[in-house]
Amino acid sequence: MANSTSSSAAETAFVRSDMVPSQAPPASEVGVIGWMRKNLFSSIPYTILTLFSLYLIWLVVPPLLEFGLFNAVWSGSDREACTTAAQGGIQSDGWVGACWPYIGSYLNQFIYGRYPIDQYWRVNAVFALFAVGLVPVLIPRVPYKGLNVLYLFGVFPVASFILLTGGNITLDGFLLPDAIMAPSFVKFIIDYLVLTAVVCLIGYAIARGTEAPVAPMIRNILIAMGVLLVILLLFATNFGLESVTTDQWGGLLVTLVIAVTGIVASLPIGIVLALGRRSQLPAVRLLSVVFIEFWRGVPLITVLFMSSVMLPLFLPEGVSFDKLLRALIGVALFAAAYMAEVVRGGIQALPKGQYEGAMAVGLSYWQMMQFIILPQALKLVIPGIVGSFIALFKDTTLVLIIGLFDFLGMIQSSYSDPTWASPVQSLTGYLFAALVYWAFCFAMSRYSLYMESRLDTSRR
Amino acid sequence: MTKTILSVALGLTVAGLLASTASAATLDDVKAKGFIQCGVSQGLPGFSNPDDQGNWTGVDVDVCRAMAAAVFGDASKVKYTPLSAKERFTALQSGEIDVLSRNTTWTMTRDTALGLNFAGVNYYDGQGFMVRKSLGVASALELSGASVCTNTGTTTELNVADYFRANKMEYEIVAFEKSDEVVAAYDAGRCDVYTTDQSGLYANRLKLTNPDEHVVLPEIISKEPLGPVVRQGDDQWFNLAKWSLNAMINAEELGVTSENVDEMANSDNPEIKRLLGKEGEFGAAIGVSNDWAYQIVKQVGNYGESFERNIGVNTPLEIKRGLNQLWSKGGILYAPPIR
Amino acid sequence: MTVADTPVGTGAPKVAIFNDPKVRGAAIQIVLIALIAFLIYGMVSNAATNLAKAGIASGFGFLNVTAGFGINISPFVEYSETSTYGRVFLVGLQNTLVISIAGIFFATIIGFIVGVARLSSNWVIAKLAYAYVEIMRNIPLLLWIFIWYFSVLRLLPSKSDPINLGPFGLLNIAGYYAPKAVFAGGAGWIGIALIVAIVASFVLSFWAKRRQLATGEQFPVFWTSVAMIVGLPLIAYFLTGMPVSFELPTASRFGPKGGARIYPEFLGLLLALSLYTANYIGEIVRAGIMAISHGQTEAAHALGIRSGPTLRLVVIPQAMRVIIPPLTNQYLNLTKNSSLAVAIAYPDLVSVFAGTTLNQTGQAVEVLLMTMLTYLAISLLTSLLMNWFNAKMALVER
Repeated sequence: MANSTSSSAAETAFVRSDMVPSQAPPASEVGVIGWMRKNLFSSIPYTILTLFSLYLIWLVVPPLLEFGLFNAVWSGSDREACTTAAQGGIQSDGWVGACWPYIGSYLNQFIYGRYPIDQYWRVNAVFALFAVGLVPVLIPRVPYKGLNVLYLFGVFPVASFILLTGGNITLDGFLLPDAIMAPSFVKFIIDYLVLTAVVCLIGYAIARGTEAPVAPMIRNILIAMGVLLVILLLFATNFGLESVTTDQWGGLLVTLVIAVTGIVASLPIGIVLALGRRSQLPAVRLLSVVFIEFWRGVPLITVLFMSSVMLPLFLPEGVSFDKLLRALIGVALFAAAYMAEVVRGGIQALPKGQYEGAMAVGLSYWQMMQFIILPQALKLVIPGIVGSFIALFKDTTLVLIIGLFDFLGMIQSSYSDPTWASPVQSLTGYLFAALVYWAFCFAMSRYSLYMESRLDTSRR
Repeated sequence: MTKTILSVALGLTVAGLLASTASAATLDDVKAKGFIQCGVSQGLPGFSNPDDQGNWTGVDVDVCRAMAAAVFGDASKVKYTPLSAKERFTALQSGEIDVLSRNTTWTMTRDTALGLNFAGVNYYDGQGFMVRKSLGVASALELSGASVCTNTGTTTELNVADYFRANKMEYEIVAFEKSDEVVAAYDAGRCDVYTTDQSGLYANRLKLTNPDEHVVLPEIISKEPLGPVVRQGDDQWFNLAKWSLNAMINAEELGVTSENVDEMANSDNPEIKRLLGKEGEFGAAIGVSNDWAYQIVKQVGNYGESFERNIGVNTPLEIKRGLNQLWSKGGILYAPPIR
Repeated sequence: MTVADTPVGTGAPKVAIFNDPKVRGAAIQIVLIALIAFLIYGMVSNAATNLAKAGIASGFGFLNVTAGFGINISPFVEYSETSTYGRVFLVGLQNTLVISIAGIFFATIIGFIVGVARLSSNWVIAKLAYAYVEIMRNIPLLLWIFIWYFSVLRLLPSKSDPINLGPFGLLNIAGYYAPKAVFAGGAGWIGIALIVAIVASFVLSFWAKRRQLATGEQFPVFWTSVAMIVGLPLIAYFLTGMPVSFELPTASRFGPKGGARIYPEFLGLLLALSLYTANYIGEIVRAGIMAISHGQTEAAHALGIRSGPTLRLVVIPQAMRVIIPPLTNQYLNLTKNSSLAVAIAYPDLVSVFAGTTLNQTGQAVEVLLMTMLTYLAISLLTSLLMNWFNAKMALVER
């Protein structure tokens, strides 16, 4: 058999001379069915799991859609629209659905808190200024990053502080005892000059001690003090804006103020701590480690309790901090400890050669950090920083426990208004809060992923 | 020295938000800044509650407005700081607020050890219980085995523990931070009993799904005189708070209302004349203008008006005057005379 | 930063004293320590002045003072209104530990399921796990707690109309009432039987491993152990005449009475904490498994190891090395996040101690210091424990 085929294959009639055209794969392997067979029902346990998953989805999604969309009320002016007949409303018995007009009527409060209504434009202006600064920073292709960052970290905070509070603070001195000279603007100027002189002296001593050039040191100090003075004077200028105290702030405004201030303040502190933790000086290292581990070891809520109840006790008599500011200090210190660990991760990720190279060309410690290590390390940890920001953004909700009215706090406090009181009010409020927080955090985490992939390719 | 340097260090970093307070003369500070910073509750209908425009109303709010009327002749010059039960005293002690008018019970500890001064009583209250009618409970003594919802950080929590222990009853306490949460928990049926000051029970009953299904039990298990509070050690401000409240009560006793105050100003009654500043220099004695009480009555109204407007029988709260009626009409409201 | 010591006595140029890195370092450190000491001194002296002025007592004497308020949940520590503030601290600590341990337990289980599910080739399961992760991590935990406690658990029926789960007890808005085991005389034997079974299982596994190393023969250790642990107590139970009975909750005017009760505050917090943390654990597990190169699995298969043992003996032990450090962090986060109990009425450490006790005594400094140090101690202890576990798990590096 084998012999005969090999010798006379060509003449044998039952041997095909041309290729069989390829057939379409069986229906069970391609298309929707094939895909489903392969991905969903490849074996019995798989099928069970698939069905179980589908059951879970069915359990959650339809009721949620029904509550939020199909059964929801979209218009109305008070609780009547969102309550059943038995509860004094117009809905049929057994009705459960979201009450969106309640969100609509409270939306302004959710965004601005109790900020005076005729001053809303100031908050809007701050939001706009923030967006103008932030968007170009986020898009890697846009040039002038340096100027942009300067705007975001220098101009924007000053402008928004003046816009939000109204500025016009009183500068009446801070150094000399009141007994010597009554508080006044002149006293402030004198105090400031004295302070500048003292700082210059210290700078001079340090410069002499380390044999660094004296002139640039003094010049830098003078520039810094000058900028600070200009900012203070700006704060003290009367721009004709009505003063709005922070207890009138609320809603999304407070959430964003806390989150943005927290991240902005925590970055420099975090960098210093990260450097401190990797320092060769045992005392510096120990203090940094203790500081970082302490804040990382305690819950944020105790930190907030501390800042709201304990901090006033630590202040000298006659000095008191705004409630919001106290919370901000707590949040910033807490965030700084976490930021320090993020930055340390970046510093440690750099190859040793970078340090050796920097030292080989004779850079001093600070030069090495400033020009070689930190720029690379910070770039590496941008996703980490965004991650910290997301965490901080979510953590801002905790301030409602110490009685600040952030976005969630404002929503909770609106529950006490009898105008909209109904059994679905809290569900609607929480659903709305969840949607807003989710949108913010999701967008940020997507951005972080995008940056991660971008940075990844640039390093290869 | 320590303090100076510390304040320099802190002052430089946060110069803008640093608010210097604490000077002994609150009245001067208040006049300088142009408004009174008033600590109120986070929302208790009838006592201090914001509407959806953020305007505050209530009997506690009226005390602050009366003080503003006395100081500035303008009752609207008040800014409100909503405070939780927990932080209210710290806020006053640290100078964050000028006066605390937040249904605060006058107790000895608070009056002495906490460094506060109670300027009087603007509502005589007592702790009570609210239950569902369907439970068929007629007396608090039948509550053994019930679960009780209340606020943390208040005297109510301690009172209820004392009461149940004294009557040898079992109970389960569920204590929330915010009164809204307590109300929501009770409304949902998490607890059988809701306990707080009776005024609070009446006020919060409005927030329940079906207010008519609930009943306030007759027992009052504690004395809770509520009143405005100021810092100790500033007698001038203390006097102003005290007499702003007294002026409202005296005005009711003398029959002076916001509507007839202009006519009454021409009255021959020497008591009314003294009240409305036509006789004597009583305004100067508390550091304000002489028509201080006139402004209070004109803009805020007398005590009875404030009561009826915010919590009286014609409001949803439907609270009867009861103990808070004038002494001459069977209550215990009794203000010292202006003379 | 390290600069070699200046050689002494070898004719090196004399360096200005300020330029000597040792001197400079010492100077910087001394200045720093002095500054911090000064700051602390300032804060302490200010606090002392302020406290004296406000007339608030200081010191830890309050721990012996009667608290006077009630706490509803205290499963292990004896507590009544006449107990002291010190006892309140213990109750709070106990409740924090209970919720943390329970939360860690469930979060780990759910997290591993989610992590594996995300890598599943089953499209629905993978996408479902992905949606779970994205929804959970982008909404703040506090909001989750509110949603679970104030919205979802409030949908349960009222006390007078509970869901009857038959022999499993009752479920209503005031919690879950499970049947409670009541032990009569002789029940101790069941406990002894259980302990004997567990010890025997350990001995067995030790013996089986020795035998396998020596002869290569395997022994079904797992199933034998299960049989012993379940069977021995059961036998003891019947031999001693069934001394354990179950007390079912009974109805009363104010809802069900008796039985073992799980409070809705606990349940809400547990749900929120474990589901929220599970998404982070899931991501850690996924990253851990993905970090093990596919070659490991292929090599194991090539050696003829079936996929079960491959996962158990090859992939997981290696993945654990990647998983454990971030997992420790998540456990700590969960423990710290349990402090959000203060937002609902679960009486944890922050709620009853840093909350109520602080309010009643006004001794903010002492109370908060104790609270923070307690959390710090828990953190450090957990870290130590997990580091030890990690060291045990770590393969010996080449």
